[in-house]
Amino acid sequence: MSAATPDSTPVIEVTDLVRDFHGRKVLNGISFKVMKGDTMIIMGGSGCGKSTLLRHIIGAMKPTSGSIKLFGEEITGMMEKELAHIRRRFGVLFQSGALLQSMTVGENVALPILEHGKLDPEIVDLMVKMKLEMVGLTGFEHLKPAEISGGMKKRVGLARALALDPELLFSDEPTAGLDPIMTSVVDILTQEMTRKLGVTAVVVTHDMTSAFRIGSKMIMLGTGPNQGKIIAMGTPDEMRSNPHGEVQQFIKGEPDGPVPLRLSKGDYVERLLGHPGAGRTSYSV
Amino acid sequence: MKDYFALNAQILYWTLLAPIRGQFFKFSEVFHQMVLIGIRAVPMASLTSFSIGLTLAMQAAGQLKRMGAEAFVPDLVILSLLRELGPLLTAVIVIGRSGSAVTAELGTMKVSEEIEALQVMAINPIRFLIVPRFIAMLVMLPALTVFGNYVGMVGGWTICHFALDYNTAAYILHSVSRAHPWDLYSGMIKSFVFAWLIITIACHMGLQVEGGAEGVGQATTGSVVWSLLVMLIANASLTALFFFT
Repeated sequence: MSAATPDSTPVIEVTDLVRDFHGRKVLNGISFKVMKGDTMIIMGGSGCGKSTLLRHIIGAMKPTSGSIKLFGEEITGMMEKELAHIRRRFGVLFQSGALLQSMTVGENVALPILEHGKLDPEIVDLMVKMKLEMVGLTGFEHLKPAEISGGMKKRVGLARALALDPELLFSDEPTAGLDPIMTSVVDILTQEMTRKLGVTAVVVTHDMTSAFRIGSKMIMLGTGPNQGKIIAMGTPDEMRSNPHGEVQQFIKGEPDGPVPLRLSKGDYVERLLGHPGAGRTSYSV
Repeated sequence: MKDYFALNAQILYWTLLAPIRGQFFKFSEVFHQMVLIGIRAVPMASLTSFSIGLTLAMQAAGQLKRMGAEAFVPDLVILSLLRELGPLLTAVIVIGRSGSAVTAELGTMKVSEEIEALQVMAINPIRFLIVPRFIAMLVMLPALTVFGNYVGMVGGWTICHFALDYNTAAYILHSVSRAHPWDLYSGMIKSFVFAWLIITIACHMGLQVEGGAEGVGQATTGSVVWSLLVMLIANASLTALFFFT
């Protein structure tokens, strides 16, 4: 046995992860570790594979090659049943909230509690109220997801992700679509969980204010020629001083730089008017 | 095709085996689905069965009159209903209204990440979503068929009573004495097989949806078309089986 204590085992360990979609490498040799209590921010431009990476880590997609370990256990080759065991230990907040439309807000939050434990209805009711209170949605239990706003859905999604007090929380764009006040509420909630309860968090975001507020570690995925690769990794301070042009452009939100303003390369006029060999699309109503 | 059979195997596992191992599906959800799939289809199934009973009686009367055999109209109505038209037409109605609804609902859940969310919460979507619908359909389609048979008989009676001067007691006695238990059972076997095919195809199509609203629409159409096709082929095969054995 190695001398590793449980605390020194990474909660998440991703090694050489590759995902190929019909010959296009969306993830290309991703490796990183997340230690207990960390808040890992995954950032990068649209279409860089952030959400795809997250889906692989939660076991919703299988990689082409590479390894993913959660709590020290390899999940890539796991059967659904073994995976279910690991999944009870983490919560996921989906980009859209992914609430069950046929159930009320309260039932959505109660769902994981009811499915994974035998508790008194009164205790479940209490737990649901506590979780909804945390995200500032007390009194909304009886509404259906279709009757609340997008930002509220996301907060209900967060309450549901936290319902079983997970050791690990994954959030996919937790603050997109929220107003600045709610954004900081969600940020503070994440911070409180990591600092006070020792929860580990992995947050996919391109909201830089939020990323630098809560992140303790960051990775950035590249676009274009660096598609699917980690172009920078480190603490927030290290990221700020990272010399990589694409990182700086992203953090500062500049329109032009290593990622060009006009993403399609080549001669604009030639492309517009067509040249021999270029296909034309005919549109009709 | 492989996925379809895999789905069938999973449904059987979660319906029969998993409960023995202590993993139950939600019973209350079964009743909820019975209402959606079965009870809500009652008005349409009744109307269809009634008009078919009516039509059958008129057609039979027209033909049998020439041979002076009008007395046999109730026989023809009840036998056609029990063996063939009852199960078939009820299945057509259920495909059009409940099968398509199941596909559309599951498809929408698939594209809005709800099914993925369930998986990630370690809640098996087959156990949670599919099994209640499966059981509800297996119970409700045969039940609707029996109900439809009765309503169809009422349709036949309407013609016999008002146009052919049958009295009610004679109509009922004639029908009941002609029909054998096997006539009912063969219809019920068909209905059960149809229920299985309709719900597994509907769920399969729903779970396979990709690509937003357009995908949901295509899957719903596909579900109806395939269910009808497979159901009609199964009907012919079963009739042949009962006929030749």
